[in-house]
Amino acid sequence: MVQTLAEKLIARAAGHHSVASGDVVTCHVDLAMIHDSGGPRRAKPILDRLGVKVWDPKKIVVVTDHFVPAYDTETATIQKLTRDWVADQRVPNFYDMQGICHVVLPERGHFKPGMFVVGGDSHSPTGGAFGLYMFGVGATEMAGVLATGEIWLRVPETILIECEGQLSPGVAAKDVMLHLCARLGMDGGRYQAVQYVGGTVTALPMTERMTLCNMAAELGAQTGLIAPDATTVDYIRAAGADPGDIARWQGDAEAVPAERHRVDATALAPQVAAPHSPANSAPVADVGAVQIDRAYIGACTGAKLVDLHMAASVLKGRRIASNVRLLVAPASTRIAAQAAADGTLATLTEAGAILLASGCGACAGYGSGLLSEGEVCIASTARNFKGRMGATTAQVYLGSPYTVAASAVAGRIADPRPLLAEHAS
Amino acid sequence: MTAHRVWRFGDNIDTDVLAPGIYMKKPIAEIAAHCLEAVEPRFAKEVRPGDVVVGGRGFGMGSSREQAVEALLQLGVVAVLALSFGGIFYRNALNYGLLALASSDIHRIRQDDLVVVDGVAGTVIDETTGERLTCEKLPPHLLAMIADGGLVPHLEKRFARQGAQA
Ligand code: SF4
Repeated sequence: MVQTLAEKLIARAAGHHSVASGDVVTCHVDLAMIHDSGGPRRAKPILDRLGVKVWDPKKIVVVTDHFVPAYDTETATIQKLTRDWVADQRVPNFYDMQGICHVVLPERGHFKPGMFVVGGDSHSPTGGAFGLYMFGVGATEMAGVLATGEIWLRVPETILIECEGQLSPGVAAKDVMLHLCARLGMDGGRYQAVQYVGGTVTALPMTERMTLCNMAAELGAQTGLIAPDATTVDYIRAAGADPGDIARWQGDAEAVPAERHRVDATALAPQVAAPHSPANSAPVADVGAVQIDRAYIGACTGAKLVDLHMAASVLKGRRIASNVRLLVAPASTRIAAQAAADGTLATLTEAGAILLASGCGACAGYGSGLLSEGEVCIASTARNFKGRMGATTAQVYLGSPYTVAASAVAGRIADPRPLLAEHAS
Repeated sequence: MTAHRVWRFGDNIDTDVLAPGIYMKKPIAEIAAHCLEAVEPRFAKEVRPGDVVVGGRGFGMGSSREQAVEALLQLGVVAVLALSFGGIFYRNALNYGLLALASSDIHRIRQDDLVVVDGVAGTVIDETTGERLTCEKLPPHLLAMIADGGLVPHLEKRFARQGAQA
């Protein structure tokens, strides 16, 4: 039977030869990812009430990233509870304050094509960049997974995003996603599977592909998907894992998607989302000269090594505007170490950046670096909902790390391309 | 069946306004006190047990935090009706036994209307206007879970059965 990639992945996990969109199936979970906010703190009382332990400690990865580092007794208590639970349940894979879950898991070789993974976080579609099925659930549903190793799912339709052409200098995967949020809306994904194909996608490194899949969440999709190829294999080998057979995890050429949307990458300008929705995106030139108080480079979406390189390419030899604070939270400790070794961190701090711990930081109001009443910020994060980064009157714009860095230099929202062109000439 | 008073919201009510991140380290009562305050400061103060929340497109989009659901339950909200839901919120709501019904006729319900909600039949009757709305039917496996009181009681039953067999 002709099947999409999503259908093949789900059929394997459900133990069926084939499935079709609309089928309701129960899948066996290969891996469950949980973090300090929605993980042990919430699952423990439920597992205790059910009187069970986790179904398979080896198939669970626990990460502390949201309340990192703890900054008061409440957050410290949550962290301690997480550590105690990991010890009690004998979970071997625990990354304590090593970075954001969506970045740490692939970095440490936990992902391989063909897997069926559930994450206790809404940006779990990130894992789909590795040719596996991964989606986010709430804490109670995750407790159910931890207890049983199973989860139900309605097999999604596939919404194909065909991206062709080369991205211009200063334009990144983040811009593709902001553009799609404006075009399709935040419910355009209809809780289906969004799959990215085409020459633009093939040319992107894994870390940029992760941004495409990460922000499938902002399209309201259940997951984002990219079929595995040589780039996937190289990344997984470099992470010390075995990518397995990738030929099996390709959608059939004859499979018909429910929708197709084309993106001409060559024509794409840097995008900026105005408050308070990623769907309020437009080319940077349309946004006007908005003065900013804060620039933030952080989050699973926008602080991987590739993102820090983008920011550094703009900031090299420059200083941020005197009225702006630029905060940078590298997405993982490993990324921070790589950025230290290759000189990126020095470029950022010489430009005036303040470094934060690797974790969710200011992204969603859990960590440090929040905004006060009326402050204006441009961030490389995925969401700019009202009140998300602190005060409800704060105004948050979203852009790529290039655009955030250029805005920090200009003191207002700015197009990174002229600054990059100056460096090139 | 009892009629419920309506709190009407617009499109794209996200999880950050339902359960703001800065309160996420707090107990649920405190999160609930700030539920929806960014869009309607009166809500958490004036909502009464038995009220119903009505949204537009994409209700509950955003984060997986189920405190977005719990906060509404804490305040006594018995059902959420919307044009469409964020997928994770929708699952969370039903897992918690909070009825979430999607209807393309949702625009016909107004603030302070009195509505009767039938989750099994998938209907909403607006007693104030006399309108009858059809909602998307919940699949049988979810109706069974809701009948048990949500996911945790449903699992309790399952483990009790397994224990009895062992
Ligand atoms: S960085 Fe932000 S979007 Fe990513 S997992 Fe953390 S809170 Fe969520």
